[in-house]
Parts: sequence; C-alpha cells; structure tokens
Amino acid sequence: MTELSLAPAKTRRRVSGLVLLMLAIAAFLLLFLLIPAGTVIYVAFTEKGTGALTLVNFLDFFENDLFKRAFVNSVYVSAMSVVWASIFALPLAVITTRFEFRGAVLIQTLGFLPLIMPPFVGAVAMMLLFGRNGSVNLLLDQYLGFKLPFMEGLNGVIFVQSLHYFPFILVNVSNSLRQIDVSMEEAAQNLGSSGFRLFRKIVFPLAMPGYLAGAALVFVKVFDDLATPLLLNVTDMLAPQAYLRVTSIGLSDPMGYVIATILIAVSVFAMWASVALMRGKDYATAQRGGGGLAKRKLKPREAVLAYGVVILVLFLVLSPHIGLLLLSFATIWSFSPLPDGYTLAHYGRVIGESSIYIKNTLIYASAAGLIDVVVGGGIAYLVLRTKLFGRQWLDWAATAALAVPGVVLGIGYLRTFYGVTLPDGTPLATLPIMVILALAIRRLPYALRAIFAAMQQISVSLEEAAENLGANKARTVRRIVIPLMLGGLLAGFVTSFATAAVELSATLMLIQSNSDAPIAYGLYMFMQSPAGRGPGAALGVIAVLLVAVCTFASHIIIERSQKSLGLKK
Amino acid sequence: MKRFLLALGAGLLLSTSAAWAQGTVTVVTSFSKDMTDPIKAAFEAANPGYVLDVQNRNTNAGVTYIEETRANNQVDLFWASAPDAFVTLKNLNLLSQFQPSAEGLPDTIGSYSVNDPDGYFFGFAASGYGMMWNDRYLAANGIDAPSEWDDLIDAQYHDHVIIAAPSRSGTTHLTIETILQGEGWDGGWALLKRIGGNFQQVSDRSFGVPDAVNSGQSGIGIVIDFFGFSAMASGFPVSFEYPSVTTVVPANVAIVAQAPNHDGAATFIDFLLSEDGQLVLFHPAIQRLPINPAVYDRAPEGLPNPFVDEKFQSMITFDGGLSSARSAVVDALFDQTITFQLDNLRAAVAAIHSAEAALDGTNNAEAQALVDEAIALVVASPITDREAISPEIVHAFEGGDQASARQSQLEQAWASFAQSNYAAARDKAQSALALLN
Repeated sequence: MTELSLAPAKTRRRVSGLVLLMLAIAAFLLLFLLIPAGTVIYVAFTEKGTGALTLVNFLDFFENDLFKRAFVNSVYVSAMSVVWASIFALPLAVITTRFEFRGAVLIQTLGFLPLIMPPFVGAVAMMLLFGRNGSVNLLLDQYLGFKLPFMEGLNGVIFVQSLHYFPFILVNVSNSLRQIDVSMEEAAQNLGSSGFRLFRKIVFPLAMPGYLAGAALVFVKVFDDLATPLLLNVTDMLAPQAYLRVTSIGLSDPMGYVIATILIAVSVFAMWASVALMRGKDYATAQRGGGGLAKRKLKPREAVLAYGVVILVLFLVLSPHIGLLLLSFATIWSFSPLPDGYTLAHYGRVIGESSIYIKNTLIYASAAGLIDVVVGGGIAYLVLRTKLFGRQWLDWAATAALAVPGVVLGIGYLRTFYGVTLPDGTPLATLPIMVILALAIRRLPYALRAIFAAMQQISVSLEEAAENLGANKARTVRRIVIPLMLGGLLAGFVTSFATAAVELSATLMLIQSNSDAPIAYGLYMFMQSPAGRGPGAALGVIAVLLVAVCTFASHIIIERSQKSLGLKK
Repeated sequence: MKRFLLALGAGLLLSTSAAWAQGTVTVVTSFSKDMTDPIKAAFEAANPGYVLDVQNRNTNAGVTYIEETRANNQVDLFWASAPDAFVTLKNLNLLSQFQPSAEGLPDTIGSYSVNDPDGYFFGFAASGYGMMWNDRYLAANGIDAPSEWDDLIDAQYHDHVIIAAPSRSGTTHLTIETILQGEGWDGGWALLKRIGGNFQQVSDRSFGVPDAVNSGQSGIGIVIDFFGFSAMASGFPVSFEYPSVTTVVPANVAIVAQAPNHDGAATFIDFLLSEDGQLVLFHPAIQRLPINPAVYDRAPEGLPNPFVDEKFQSMITFDGGLSSARSAVVDALFDQTITFQLDNLRAAVAAIHSAEAALDGTNNAEAQALVDEAIALVVASPITDREAISPEIVHAFEGGDQASARQSQLEQAWASFAQSNYAAARDKAQSALALLN
C-alpha cells in the first residue's frame, strides 16, 4: 500500500538509503560482535590438540550427565524466575500507571534499582540479610527456632534472579500501559465492560508486546547469567559451567565454547518464540495522545491495599540495597542481625578515588547507551517497517550478544584488535573506545527489546498518513516515528546505560589502567580483601545513587514528553 | 550530538596516551587493592619519578592476558601468589631474566625454593595454608575449633566447612596438592572426600571463602594464611591455625619479556625485596610473611616467623614438578568427584555419620562391616597416582596424540563412578542404621 502511493524514483532512493543503513548496522555487528566472538567460539568445533574441525564435542555434551543436568536446571530456573518476576512486576506496573498514585515516578525509579546492583557487593549484602546466617534467619532462629533456606540451591538462584531482573518486565509493561490509548478503554466501558474483565480483555492484551519483551529478556538473562549462581555457589547450571571451563581449564578447551554455543542457540530461540507468539496479532493503535490510560482515583480501601502491596514489593526488591547501605556504614558485621557499629570512614577512603571512576563510568555508559539507541532504533525500524532481505538476521545477531559471555567477548576483542595498532604503537584493543563498544554490544539486546516493543505499538497508518500528505521518509521518521516512540527510546537508553554502568566481566579483560577504570572495576579491586569490604560497599552505594539519579531524571523526561504530547491534542 | 561524540572520542584518545608517561611501571597483579595501595605508595615515595600503574586481574586471567597480548606487550611486571602461574609463563617464554640487588635473602623457605633457579621469578613473601574459623559461629553452633585436617572429618563439622575449588583458586590447588603429597594419593583423596562430605559449599573464588567466614555464613574455611591474618587485623571475630601437614610457598614477582619499562620493573623488584619494601608487608591489611629474615624483629604480634617457628621446620617437602605434571588431572578429579557431586557426597557422609553415632557403644559386627564398606566406597578414587601422570590421561587434558579418550569422556566416567559409589555408600550406611534401631 505504501509503495503504491509513492513515485518509483522516490522508492528507489528510499530503498538505497535503507540498504545503506542496513549495511552499516550489519558491519557494526560483524566487526564488534560476530568476528570477535567467532574467533573464540570457533574452538568449539575443533579437536583438542590437533585443531581439526569436528562436531564430536557436541556429542560429548549430550553424553555428559553434568551438562545434561546443568541444561535442565538452567531452563527450570529461568522459567521460574519469569514467573516470580511477573509476580513482583505486574502489581507495581498496573498500580502506578492505571491509578492516580502519589510517587508513581519515584516507584518506577526505585523499581528499576535492582537492575543496577553492582557485582559482588550485591551478593554479599543479600547473604548478610537472607543467607543461612543472615539477619532474617538469625532473628527467626532466635525467636521462632527455625530458619528458611532463601539462598540455598536452585531456589536461592530463582529468588535472587527474580528480584534482580523483574525491572525488565516492570519497565516494558509500564511503557506499554502508558501507550495504550484511552479511547480503547472508554469504548470497552461504553459497551459495558469494567473491572477485571476490562483488564483481561483490553488492557492486558494491549500490554502484551511489552510483557512478552520483558519476560523474554528475563528468561534469556537468567539463562545466561553466571554471576548469581556462582556467588551462591550453584555450579550445575549452564552459564557457570561455560565460565568455569573457559577460565579454569583454559582457552584451548572446546567444551566451554560448546556450552557458549548452546547458550546462544537457546537465547535466540527464546527471543524468536516471544516474537512468534506475537505473529499475526496487531497491537498497534492508531490514535495517539491522551497520555495513556485514564488514571482512576483509588477508593480508600483500595488505596490501603495498593500502598501495602507496593511497599511490600519495594521492601523485598530493595533489600539488597538496604543491606548494601548498612554494609557501607558498618564497622564489623559478622554473624549478627545488624553491624557491630557504624562509621563514615569507608566513604572517606573512597571519596578521593571515586571521582575518576564516576567520570569514566558516565562516559562509558552514556556513550554505550547512545550507540545502542541508534543501532537498536535502526534495527527495529528495518525489521518492522521494511521488507529488506535478511533484516531479521540483524535482530537475531544483536540478540545473540546476550548469550556471549562477557569473558568470551573480552578475549575476542583482545584477539581481534590487539594486533591492530595506532601509528604510535598503541594497540587498538587498549583504547577506552573498545570498552565502550564492548559495553554497547553487551547491552544492545536490552535497548533493542524496549525500542521494539515501543515501535510495535505505533500503527503504520500514522506514517502512511504523513507520507500521503507529502512528507518524505526522513521527515516522517523525524516528525512522527521518533516523537511517538520517545518513551521507548528513552527506556532503551536507560536500560542500556544503567546496566552498562555496573558491567564488569567484559571490562575486566579490557581495562588497561586505573585511570581508565569504571566504578565496577574499582569495586572489584576493593572487594578482594576483608578490609576492602566496607569501602567496596561505599563505592557500590555511590554507583547506585549515580545511576538512580540518571534514571529518575529520564523518567521525569518521559512523563513530561507524554504530557506535552497529550497537551498538543 | 555528532560534535559531542567527536570530542568524546578525542578526549578518550588523549587520556590514554597521557597514561603512558615517563617512568610508568605497569604491573598485572592478582593482589587486592588493600595490598597494592600501601606498596605502591611506599615504592613511589622511595623512587621519585616512578609511577606504579596497577592492573588487577585474577591469576588465570592475568596469564591469559599476557599470553594474548604478547605480540605487542605493554606490561612490565607480573605479580601474584601461585608459583604455578609463573612456571606457565616461563615455559611460554613470556618472562625475562633478572638478578635482584637485595642481599641476605634465603634460598628456601620451609622446603620450597624461594626463587626460580633460572632467575625468571622471585619470591617476595611466604604463605602457608590452614584453617580459619568464625568464633561467633563456632560458639553459636557449639563446635570445637579444629587444629588438624583430620579433625574436619568429624560429624560435628558436617555442613560447616567451606573451600574454594582448586580449579578456580591457585592457592587452594596448592593446599590440595600438599595434602595429596603429605598423606599419599589414596590417603589424601580419602581425607579430602571425607572432609568434602562436610562441606557446606565449594566457592569458585579464593576470596569467597574468607568472605563467607568473615560474614558468618560459613563456620570454617580452608584458606591461605594472610586471608586469616588480615581479617583478624581488620577486627573480624575470626581465628587462623596451621595444621601440621602444610607447606609454605612464596608469592612471586617477575619481569615480563620485552617489558616497555624494564629498568622501572627492575627498580620495583629491588625495592620489594629491600628491607623497606619487606616492612610494608606488615601493614594490617596485608599481613604477609616477608621473605627477608632481617625484618621479623619488627613483626606485629600474632604473625609467625617461618624461619624460627617450629611448625614450619617440620613441613613436608613439596614436589613442584609432580604438582605441575598432574595439576589439570587433580583439579578435574576434585571437581568431578567433589564439587559437582556435592549433594550426593554430603548425603552419603551424613548417612555414615548417623550410622556411626548409633554404632557408638554397641557391638554390632554386621553394622560395623556395612559402615566400613560405605566409607571404602566414599573414599575410592577412580584412578591411581600412576594413571594421573600417564600420557593417556594427561594428553586428554592438554592435547596430544597418546590420549586414550577425550577430556569430557574421562570426566563423565569419573563423575558416574563417584555418583554410583556415593549412592551405594548411602544405602549401606542406611542399612547399618536400620540394623541398629
């Protein structure tokens, strides 16, 4: 239809522009993801010692009980984490977007915080609160005579992962709910629908793209995450197995890469499945503006219930941060519900050093976030709005980045770019720009999913209308598409920025000196010794505050932009 | 926006080139900031004009990094605990020879030779292995403090012990190897598996162990001494003890081959081995045993002197060659029969503990026989010490034409051996218990 309304010459020019865009994105992914990861993953298909090509390693994988058990455990933990993450996220999303609720922006920000828990310290804090001899269990034991195994085994992993990753669902569902046009709801109400039926028939289906995008992200992220199982000493899952093999047996061992390859395959499959579920369903609504659903006033009893639920969920999901805060002020905290004493000394120790870390973190994370929004927006546009051959591959390739372990990407960068030098002999791989690119690649899938979901809700008819009125493609994108999906773009940027700010595994391989190091690296340096635990926690608090302030600011921007669109109506 | 990005890129380029100023000595180390900061400060104060640039990486990642970047090396020094890592780097021709200027340093500490005989790397501090425990935890659970490895097989320690996987922690690997050499292959594995049945967790990071003990999540940790000493110096309610089967090994420093600042690297090693450098090791957050006997008259209270302390004189002779030859096999055996079978092993050992408790004071030969069989099943090792260094097995791990099977196949065989043994052991112990009740 679109094509018919355009002159042939115009079509050709537009297509060649899009082809250029596609080629540029493909080149970016090829150079900074596929080639570096490929140089390492190639080992999975070679015979140890001789280097001959073989598939026997995959046969070994399926004959090994440990790997089979790890596979089943990973699928189970990921699926259960999606269930629990939904239980935490959906009430928060619905209450803050559907009702007039004081502090909705604050809750959206606080609900985002778990994602930005820096490595190491978060787990230490969780252990101090919920571990076998953590505050909760020591108190339970003292007063009630029993303990609850929150942090033991697979259930411990599910508990921590669902607390950690539920913001993916929260952010995406909230964004979807805000995008639903109020007229849909009004139409349903006029036809006599209300209450839960209205929610089930209208609101939930329309929020489906956001929910599925979030749920798929949670699944894939939990499936590929190695830090949490490792910190809980659960090793019979796939991602920890891959990491343990690569880092302890060495780079020449094929099995680690076999597992990495299987991780990538499952991740891509999960993403494909979430898209396939949406296939044939059109959730785009043509009318825009009005600032999303009508916000209802809460009746007093409902208000009590809503605040109760929100406070309970927030308390639970913020417990790692509460623990971290306590730890950063604690003198000694050992086998007791609360620290023995409090001090400001840890902040004194890190304050002088942290400014360089903060500066580096802001530069790296915001540059990575910008790259992700540009590349992610490009991919989403190509996939959803064009019929170019192979566009889906861009999506798969970018998504596969989720499953490439940070260590593998880091080593891949060293292998690919270390030989390339600047005129003065500095290897390309040692430049901070490489850290930014690695972070951008690692976080691209997050941004992509958020942007994708936002774009799926925009009806193509709006763009067609603009073009029929004589706007060219670039102008349509600038005047129609970008303003309408500003929320999605910002959500993508924030997700990518915030998680990149606390990323460690890839950076650890690439950071060359302390003066180039981000906060996560400084934290890692501190958290290796007993005396460094307090300063490490203090640095962790600084990191969380930093990202929280940035997130809060962007939420306010989202709210404002929604309102201003509403006013223009 | 474009201009901003350009400026950003230019700024980044400038900031890196500025980091390579004259006199910068770049060191890759596995040591924590708490240790490197005081040494860096002392070194820079004693040698004006030099700047020590510290890159923190764990030992394995550090070796990998130096290997991957050898074509255009930017690192001057490698500085870490595990002597194995230095042997690996030396064998890859990634270290350069050097003659330190410090005098009065010993050739051996305990029974371990301090320096590489070819002058490629140098010990600067000594470390021994032992057990640390949380005093509050032990008191709350009514457990006695252990003093020997054997103590840890006792039923009272069930579910209270933590260790790092030897495949993940160079220092734990040396501890395991010390036990295997001190008790013999079969005796060593028997001891390790019976202690293993009492493990609460197997951590994948060296520091995960002292951290769990410091915070009171675990009771007793098997650790290198300075983790215990520095935690005590930081005020944590913990204690540390050397058992009699232990060894001291040096922590090392080496100059990387084709170091961009070879002179600076040499200056650093000379400083580290000098009295001034050695004295920094007494810093409360470091607490390592200096290699220079002359400084021990200024040692803080509680830190042993390995050159006069009797315990250190009776330590076993550690065979570094043997350790290096079978290191991958020992790690894989530990992982396949203990780390990844922990639930099964714990269940079997718990059943044996209950049967033994019921057996205590009775005289039931049939039940005793069943318990003995159960213990024999738990401690059995899938391969002998001779097989562990045979080319058929070593080549499967390191690549070679004499491999009898692929590594993954061997691991699967060992894992299923352990799994079925542990299941059978648990059944026997439970039938023994049934006889007694």
